[in-house]
Order: sequence, then C-alpha cells, then structure tokens
Amino acid sequence: MIGVIARRELQGLFASPLAWAVLCVIQIILAYIFLSRIELFVQFQPRLLGLEGAPGLTDLVVAPLFGNTAITLLLVAPLLTMRTFAEERRNGTLNLLLAAPVSMTEITLGKYLGLFGFFMLMLLLVALMPLALLLGGPLDFGQLGAGFLGLGLLIAAFVAIGLFLSVLTDHPTVAGVSTFGALLLLWIVDWAGESGEASGVLRYLSLLSHYEPLLKGIFDSADLVYYALLTALFLILTVWRLDAERLPR
Amino acid sequence: MTAHILIEARDLYRYYGGLCAVQAVSLTLCRGEVLGFLGPNGAGKTTTMQMLCGTLAPSAGDISVNGLDLLAEPKKAKAHLGYLPEHPPLYHELTVDEFLLYCARIHRVPRAGLGQALMRTKRRTGLEAVGGRLIGNLSKGYRQRVGIAQAILHSPAVVVLDEPTIGLDPIQIREIRDLIGELRAEHGVILSTHILPEVQAVCDRVLIIHEGRVVLDDTVEHLTREHHLAGLCIALRRPPGIAYLHAIPGVAEVRRIGDERFLIRSLPDGDPAEALVEQAAEGRWGLYEMVPEARSLEETFMQITCGEGPAPPTREAAS
Repeated sequence: MIGVIARRELQGLFASPLAWAVLCVIQIILAYIFLSRIELFVQFQPRLLGLEGAPGLTDLVVAPLFGNTAITLLLVAPLLTMRTFAEERRNGTLNLLLAAPVSMTEITLGKYLGLFGFFMLMLLLVALMPLALLLGGPLDFGQLGAGFLGLGLLIAAFVAIGLFLSVLTDHPTVAGVSTFGALLLLWIVDWAGESGEASGVLRYLSLLSHYEPLLKGIFDSADLVYYALLTALFLILTVWRLDAERLPR
Repeated sequence: MTAHILIEARDLYRYYGGLCAVQAVSLTLCRGEVLGFLGPNGAGKTTTMQMLCGTLAPSAGDISVNGLDLLAEPKKAKAHLGYLPEHPPLYHELTVDEFLLYCARIHRVPRAGLGQALMRTKRRTGLEAVGGRLIGNLSKGYRQRVGIAQAILHSPAVVVLDEPTIGLDPIQIREIRDLIGELRAEHGVILSTHILPEVQAVCDRVLIIHEGRVVLDDTVEHLTREHHLAGLCIALRRPPGIAYLHAIPGVAEVRRIGDERFLIRSLPDGDPAEALVEQAAEGRWGLYEMVPEARSLEETFMQITCGEGPAPPTREAAS
C-alpha cells in the first residue's frame, strides 16, 4: 500500500512540469559550480604537486560540489514538499486517501517515500558529475560515498520536516515558507553562541555540523543517529497530526 | 434481518469547537435500499456523511459498517465503503485510467480482477471513451462520473454519494439516477441532495436533517401516500356561500383563493370529493374544475425546515 501511494506521488510529480523544471535548474546550477571547481583545480594543480599531503581531486571538487548541492536542496526541497498534504487538502483529494482502507502511517510513509525517491533520483544525476572525473583521474571513493550518504540523510530530514509543515496547513505557500524557514534555521543555528554555554546544544542541533564531517569523509555514527532521529520525529508528528485531523476540536 | 443491515449509526454527535453540527443522528441502511439525505445547506448532511465514511470522527456515537465497527477497525470497515465527497477527489494531472487504477489499488482490489473491475466500472459510468484523457481536461459532467466511478470501483457494500448530480445537465442527471437505480441491486446507497424531486425519483427512504437533527425518517412511498390527498382545488361558476361548502362531510377548511376558486382541505380520514360533486350538481353551482391538491415532498420539507404551519398551497397559480 505504501508503494502504491509512493508511486502515485512520483507519478504526480513527473506528470506536472514542476519536477522536470526542478531537475533541470538544479542540474544547470550544479554543473556550473562543478565546472568552476574543476577550473580552479586545474589552475592550482601544478602548485599542489609539490606539496606533501595536498588536498586531492575529491577534496577540491567533489566536497564543495556536494556542499553546494546541500544549499541548493535547502532552497528547492520546500517547493516540492509544500504540495504534498496542503495541496491535496485544498483540492479535496485528501478525502480519497482518508476514506480508503489505508492507515495514516501508510499515507505518511507513502508520500514520504515518493518524495524521497524523487530526491534520490536527483542526487544520482548529481553524482554522475563527480563520477565523470574518473575519466581523468582517481577519486577517493570513501569520501565520495560518505558525502553522498550525507546528502541522502540530509534530504531524508528535509523531506520529513517539509511533510510535517505541509500537513499543518492547507496553503501550500505557507507550508513552503515555513519549511524553508525551519530548514534555514536548523542550518545556521550553531552560528549563535560560538563560545557560550549553549553552543554545545546548538551545535548538536545544527544540520550543517553533522553534514560537514561526512563531506570530509569522516563517518561518525552520532551523525547518522542525529538524522535518523530528526526524520523519525517529524514523520511521527505527521502521522499524529493526520490522525488528529478527523477528531473533533 | 440483521444480516442485511449494512450501516448502523447510533446517536452521532459532532462538534466543531462550540458549534454542534450534528446531534443524536441515528440511522440504518439495508441492502438494496437507497436512502436520501435531505436538508438545507449547513444542516449537517455532509458532516454526517463524512462520519459514516470515516473521514471525520464523531464526537460521540457508534457506527458499524457491514457489522464492523468503523472506529475500532477503520481499515476493515472502510473496505466496504465507497465515498464520493461533495468535491470529487480527482488528480487533474492523471488520465482517467491512471486515476482509476490508483483508486483500485488503494482500495485493495485483487490484482487478478483489476482489469475487469476497471472495464465494468467504466462501462457503467459511461467513461469508456475518455479513458486516455487527462482528468483536468474533462468537462464537469465527466469529472463527476469519474468521481462516481471511483466510489463504486471496488464494489463496496455501501456507496455514499454527496450531492452526486450537482452541476450536471438534465440528461446527465437522468443517467446518474439510472445508475443509482442499478446500484441498488447489489449495494446500499446513501445520497444527499437538496433537489427534492430527486429524492422522490430514486430514494426508498428519506431522512430530513435540519439543524443537525433528524426531523423525519420515513419511506418515500409512505410519505407520498400519506400526503397525497391533502385537499382539493375547485372552481365554480356560481359559487354558493362558504358555509355551504363547509357543511359538506369530510371538509376541514375552505379558503377562497379567487373569485370562483376555492381550496378545500379535507379531514385526515375523509375524502369530500364525491359528496362535493353531488352537492354541486344538485345546487347547480357550475363546477368546472376540480384538482386534487397533492402535498408534495417539497411542502413537507418546507414545513419541517421552515417551521411553517399547514403547508401553503403552492399550486394555486398553476390551476
């Protein structure tokens, strides 16, 4: 049942021009960033050759590319997640799911996996760019894998947060703006109190501080747990909210 | 008999904040029955239907569908329901076939019978020719049909249709009515409407809801018979005094509604028509017109929902 709902979600995305437009724009912007990083690398390559333990191709091209992908996704994810529940409620199509013999958990997970699947497709397209570098030189697959995993985890959390904020309202734009706000806040939350007492907590809450180590190729299970917790929390909240919708207020 | 009861709802209440939209609504629906919900806008028809379909939880009360408790076992109970909400839930970016296939899947239609169920439903709702078209490009009538197709696709025991004929042209309305008549054979149907002739045309039983309460629950046949001869409208060339007319046995009330026209209300157990004709012939009153004043469902409805006294004579202008 989850698969059926997820498939419809994907079908709906690709039947509208939005998905194609997003894929196209993301690809163009990231390709530009990718090429400019390569140019930089080519410029510095002669000087790097003489250095001991100098950063390699993966450090100079792939890590920044994935870093920028995360920021771009931060902007784009709300655009896609905002529609899920808000628009369905607005068009009355949510009634179809609510009246069907499916549980709220199945609806939430179905929609979640549909969107997540779309983003994974997007990430695979992005990952093709660094893989193309294999034509010219070796890559650090460990670092590349860690970076890709980081992006996947990040998107998992983005989509869960977006889904929850979408179930709260029937205005897609409100859902979009609040998702963007929430994601941005979680991104920059560790900027405050760099040295204060609360900085430890804020640093733990930050999406960015758990993503950066993965870009460098450092895999820490604490980061994995952070993303898993964040994703699960917002999915559970979504199911609760959806269930509460039927109840009298 | 209990085996045939498809929906049983007891004492449903629903509050929206402090507002009580539905109170103490109880109803039963049997197989082969078409139940009409009638009521002015905002009476609580849609809220009641949403509760019956599980998209809204009642504040109090029990609902069982085909013997399954809707609140305790929603997944199992909902499998026996087909629901067309007021606004058909359609994905405009999908084609009719894609959409119906999706609906069949979320309603767990077995894979083996999928193609057959789709074909049969499309034939019943007249959608064969538009299977490949985008729902967004269809006319309102066709969209409504897709909505109905979605509700009957998985052959549910109960089909709940919220204003199924709204916005359709007379031919389409007739087709939908025929379809409802066809559905009666295998399913129980609940439909809401504020078009009164529709209730008379397709329903077996009518439930009038007013301000959240059931104010009338009766069979259409009984209602029609009961109120059939509420009075007579007569026209006389040489009318006698009103007192003469009053004296005829079976007459409860006489009202003059024109120079030569009178409205005669009969007593509940008497029919004054025969005596009236005899007297008119004897007294040479010149009776040239006599029309039975049938009280339509509309009058009953108006009387109940507007709190009026005796139903107003609505046909005097026509006769």
